[in-house]
Amino acid sequence: MAGINSIQEEIISEFEILGDDKESTIYYIMELGDQLPEFPEEEKKEDNIIKGCQSKVWLTTTLDGGKVCFQADSNTDITKGLISLLIRVLSGKTTSEIINANLYFIEKIGMGNIIGSQRSNGLSAMIKQMKLFAIAYQAKINA
Amino acid sequence: MIDLEPLNNLYSGIIAENKIRALFPILHQEVNGKPLVYFDNAATTQKPIQVIEALKNYYEVDNSNIHRGAHTLASRATDYFEQTRNLVKEFINAPSSEEVIFTKGTTESINLVASTFGRKFIKQGDEIIISTLEHHSNIVPWQMLCEEKGAILKIIPIHDNGELDLEAYKNLLSDKTKLVAVVHASNALGTINPVKEMIEQAHEFGAKFLLDGAQSTAHLDVNVQDLNCDFLAFSAHKVYGPTGVGILYGKRELLESMPPYQGGGEMIKEVTFAKTTYNDIPYKFEAGTPNIGDVIAFGEAIRFINQLGKPAIREHENQLLEHASERCAKIKGFIPIGTAREKVSVLSFSINNIHPFDVGLMLDASGIAVRTGHHCTQPLMERFKIEGTVRASFAVYNTTEEVDRLVESLTKISKRKN
Repeated sequence: MAGINSIQEEIISEFEILGDDKESTIYYIMELGDQLPEFPEEEKKEDNIIKGCQSKVWLTTTLDGGKVCFQADSNTDITKGLISLLIRVLSGKTTSEIINANLYFIEKIGMGNIIGSQRSNGLSAMIKQMKLFAIAYQAKINA
Repeated sequence: MIDLEPLNNLYSGIIAENKIRALFPILHQEVNGKPLVYFDNAATTQKPIQVIEALKNYYEVDNSNIHRGAHTLASRATDYFEQTRNLVKEFINAPSSEEVIFTKGTTESINLVASTFGRKFIKQGDEIIISTLEHHSNIVPWQMLCEEKGAILKIIPIHDNGELDLEAYKNLLSDKTKLVAVVHASNALGTINPVKEMIEQAHEFGAKFLLDGAQSTAHLDVNVQDLNCDFLAFSAHKVYGPTGVGILYGKRELLESMPPYQGGGEMIKEVTFAKTTYNDIPYKFEAGTPNIGDVIAFGEAIRFINQLGKPAIREHENQLLEHASERCAKIKGFIPIGTAREKVSVLSFSINNIHPFDVGLMLDASGIAVRTGHHCTQPLMERFKIEGTVRASFAVYNTTEEVDRLVESLTKISKRKN
């Protein structure tokens, strides 16, 4: 499986094709969200909600052979699209890869401009939560 | 005060859109590569050039603190400030300008009444009636007052079309009712309430009536003597004026019987360490230096509306609303929220399977500004079991072509999930 940085590069070049057109960029992000695997209804519970997002975001994880897999859903299409990008970059990676990941693609694709500063805070909350899961799994592995 | 060219010939049966749009500099820009369509007028309207120039002119030529000044600038600023008070008096047909108090907005106007009238006249066991349509600013001050006084808040329910249940209202009224505080036009749905009749009914029980005119004053003829409301609250910024200026109208005998709102300069007659005597109305309620520049500029907004005339504004906005409602109804998945028979120019809706925020974001990407969410009316959203709506609200400078662009964008958005 490709490394975190090579996936980030892929995403950056995909967004370069879209150029500055905000409309096509937003529709594209939403379509990426549409492609996320279905999230089980019973997992849409309070415990799985990420705090600090304006939209509702549910996130669950599994640890498989030392690698962390993320599943997520949101009540808004734009947020679902954003988290699908994070899942594409971070899911299936080792705990230390996730903990040490520098997610530069977000700035490179101009996400702040696209979603505004309030949504950007939500995006940071999502990243923080994903890294916290990795830290918790690592502690468990090392125990 | 600069004398701007009068707006002659703007109204000759129909609103001359292009001439009016020319007066609003902000409308002539591109957003996200598309010409801006501003449909968030219920949140705040844009300002005509006269208002902007008046504000600039005030700081360039007249800036001075008002009242009690011995010098020319102070006297000029005072005159212009008081001219606006007089314009407001005529705008709402108040019996006198002393009954017009400047605040910083509708919210402060309502809080002023809650803290002064409420403090003095509401007692334990008294009842205050509001409605399901209220904005948080006409809910929370009364909840706070009721909590403090042990009074009871009663809520007028609504029908599914967003109209008040007037039978229920009649049943809520009793000798215990001390105040009814109801919105003239709903910010979230556009519903126009039959307030004249409601005021009369409240008065039969000796209750006072506060009318929240935040969403009506830009569209409807709001005549406080004809309506016979005891208080009227509204904001300048929703009436083509600047932000930071609100109006509270109150009947003289009520204002005179109410204690002051805040203590400070301007609101006093005489201060000694032993005792302070308070100034007459309206100054009793205007402690501290007011928002002079914005109040003066608001005068230009009223002149602008007067030149067009409310009937012409209303006719134009109604045409836009009708056109929008008809065309949107044909969009697959379009669900109107609030279909009252009488509405101001607010189109609240959702698109099946798409969150209002996503709709707002996609509209913004095509240059169209709308508001999404609960519109500070969470109990109303709860009534409809929805998280929020998308709200397009029209003003005098909007056009049929702009409505068509909204319809075109919504059609595309809806196709994603319908």
